[in-house]
Amino acid sequence: MATQEKQGLLAKHEKIERNATLLLVFSFLVVTIGGLVEIAPLFWLQNTIEKVEGMRPYSPLELAGRNIYIREGCYVCHSQMIRPFRDEVERYGHYSLAAESMYDHPFQWGSKRTGPDLARVGNRYSNTWHVDHLTEPRSVVPESIMPSYSFLKTTELKADDIADHLKANAALGVPYDQDKIDNALADLKAQADPNADTSGVEARYPKAKLGDFDGDPTKLTEMDALIAYLQMLGTLVDFESYDAEANYR
Amino acid sequence: MTFAAEIVALVIATFLAILGAAFAHDSLFQAHMGILALTLAIFTLVLMRRTSFAGAPKDTSGYMDGPVRYGAIATMFWGVVGFLVGVIVAAQLTWPDLNIEPWFNFGRMRPLHTSAVIFAFGGNALIATSMYVVQRTTKARLFGGNLAWFVFWGYQLFIVMAATGYLLGITEGREYAEPEWYVDLWLTVVWVAYLLVFLGTIYKRKEPHIYVANWFYLSFIVTIAMLHVVNNLSLPVSFLGTKSYSAFSGVQDALTQWWYGHNAVGFFLTAGFLGMMYYFIPKQAGRPVYSYRLSIIHFWALIFLYIWAGPHHLHYTALPDWAQTLGMVFSIMLWMPSWGGMINGLMTLSGAWDKIRTDPIIRMMVIAVAFYGMSTFEGPMMSIKAVNSLSHYTDWTIGHVHSGALGWVGMISFGAIYYLVPKLWNRERLYSLRLVTWHFWLATLGIVVYAAVLWVAGIQQGLMWREYDDQGFLVYSFAESVAAMYPYYALRTLGGLLYLTGAIIMAYNITMTILGHQREEQGFAAAPAAAPAE
Amino acid sequence: MEMDYHTMRAFADSWGLAFMCLVFVGVVAFVYLRPGSKRDAEEAARIPLQED
Repeated sequence: MATQEKQGLLAKHEKIERNATLLLVFSFLVVTIGGLVEIAPLFWLQNTIEKVEGMRPYSPLELAGRNIYIREGCYVCHSQMIRPFRDEVERYGHYSLAAESMYDHPFQWGSKRTGPDLARVGNRYSNTWHVDHLTEPRSVVPESIMPSYSFLKTTELKADDIADHLKANAALGVPYDQDKIDNALADLKAQADPNADTSGVEARYPKAKLGDFDGDPTKLTEMDALIAYLQMLGTLVDFESYDAEANYR
Repeated sequence: MTFAAEIVALVIATFLAILGAAFAHDSLFQAHMGILALTLAIFTLVLMRRTSFAGAPKDTSGYMDGPVRYGAIATMFWGVVGFLVGVIVAAQLTWPDLNIEPWFNFGRMRPLHTSAVIFAFGGNALIATSMYVVQRTTKARLFGGNLAWFVFWGYQLFIVMAATGYLLGITEGREYAEPEWYVDLWLTVVWVAYLLVFLGTIYKRKEPHIYVANWFYLSFIVTIAMLHVVNNLSLPVSFLGTKSYSAFSGVQDALTQWWYGHNAVGFFLTAGFLGMMYYFIPKQAGRPVYSYRLSIIHFWALIFLYIWAGPHHLHYTALPDWAQTLGMVFSIMLWMPSWGGMINGLMTLSGAWDKIRTDPIIRMMVIAVAFYGMSTFEGPMMSIKAVNSLSHYTDWTIGHVHSGALGWVGMISFGAIYYLVPKLWNRERLYSLRLVTWHFWLATLGIVVYAAVLWVAGIQQGLMWREYDDQGFLVYSFAESVAAMYPYYALRTLGGLLYLTGAIIMAYNITMTILGHQREEQGFAAAPAAAPAE
Repeated sequence: MEMDYHTMRAFADSWGLAFMCLVFVGVVAFVYLRPGSKRDAEEAARIPLQED
């Protein structure tokens, strides 16, 4: 549509202004650049994820618990990402590594600490404390403003399809092999059953917390799953063998 | 017969939803499909009652304002809902006994609040105004006939499905992108239809120039499409179940999510609303934008820079340092185009500053741009790593977001709706300008209280977490920092309540205008304040 | 040449930076110095003010 006297380069600007397709294509190109430059290298730069000992995929019970954590929106008030500051390391433990969330689909780093960080809450409190805290938060922390989650204790865990969940994760790159998928439901039940043979769970998921979690060994509840998840958070990586210098980014 | 195809499609969709509920793999999917079937069935009945067998007269003359009218009402409705849920969640943080488990716990209510305000209120405002603006500035009727109606109703269905899903506990666990895979797919369909309507209208325009407001709207639609699709890539466990797993994990997932998250701010809450600013401020002020050429620079610089800013949400996390630094640098550069836009909006009034005193609608738009300037100054500041080390994870961030959302997004939308409603319903003027003034002051006071209180609260939190005594021990337990927030959270609830009250007054004013009433009141120009100064 | 962190970083703060500056200067020059740009802009700016 450019008029005759405008030629070459100078006419092009008017074209963008007047041609809807060009405007569409140009603005789309302009908005893709930033994302490409920032996100794409994370997939192939070798040093994005540190080399650590001890990381493993979630056990079936922990995965079910993690899904409850997501369902209840715990991430809107609790972070799982300890920053490398003196106060945070003293309060919560070693700063978080990228490797520690490498099997997290999705990540749950969070963005707000209305409650404390949970990246290393595992092993910090007893199972009984967790049951009390989730049932009636202010009975153990008077200042707490957390909602009550007592219904978890009465809700039976529905996990018949847990093998499908492992399969979906495996398809996305989480190292769940056939052995883990075949034994998923049995492992899930055995982990929370104090009378079960847990050698299989222990072999497949080292450091998994075993036994009844919610104080009622007769029932497998959502409370069992959630506490199994909370009790393993941040406990996997062996920091004795972690070399921070070698993993500097 | 009108609506024949629509009714058939709806009946089929209802039937499919019932099948989905019947064969669901989990109880949540069953409940959600039940809700979907019910919603579709109600809609089918409504359409059937409105069917006329004579066939509708084809109206292709003039502009298509039906979806804009419905959109204006939907904006008002979802606005009040979103603010109300906001006040409720604020109260829950202050008085935790207000949580009602499991459905109305804070963890499920908070996504309801954020989505209701951003996507239901903001989204409807954007869709309605973009459809209005694109027709006026291209002098063409909306492209695609009833496709615009599909966009409107399809979007409302998305909102209903997302909102009910949150309360049921159906969530992907990614902030501002919580809806599960099947709701995401539906939104993608609606969004593509929206793009077709908007772009199609531009293609058939009768005005050679594409006005700059349309550039902003177009880039908002295109970029949101890209962000939505990439960020929601996930693998469902079953096609008859709710649960899906995100395609990415850990650090890659985090950056993808905040690339999305920050540009939901940048393109949904900024670019789209800048489109609104570039049309409605010149219109209400009766003068062209201050510098059209500045608006072009503003446009390209803004959309190029914004997309880089995401990593500032991940400062000092396990994200590699280089990405954090890039995010910070681009966030700071973003200050320039942001303020370019602010200056352009404000200076449009140069030579007509008296309108701020005499026209409450202009006043609302001006305060919106002022809040835009403030929050786009605060944002780059908070993206500086040293500042962020204190502000991150605290309520300062929440205060910052609200000065942008309530101040900028809310106020510019209110201004646009106040402008639009008399035009859309052929009313001479609004029911009451006095009530607009009431709304203005209640909302402004509410924002100031809210932002100031959370600013102080956030800094106090950050300082308490890092305070050491002279022996080298941390002074405060985390629980003590929670207890210290009580007065701030109470005041914040009050700030929200003021803002909600303003919005309810607006809803009343708008309703009365639509019903055709006019309140007898003294004109503003005649007010004593207009007397010459001595 | 290996495409590792250091190569990419060196590229970004030399050629990458120069390229972005050039593009910016180019866009500004385009918008402000093109003959007729002032008239075009004034025309376009008046679009919303024509009748509804």
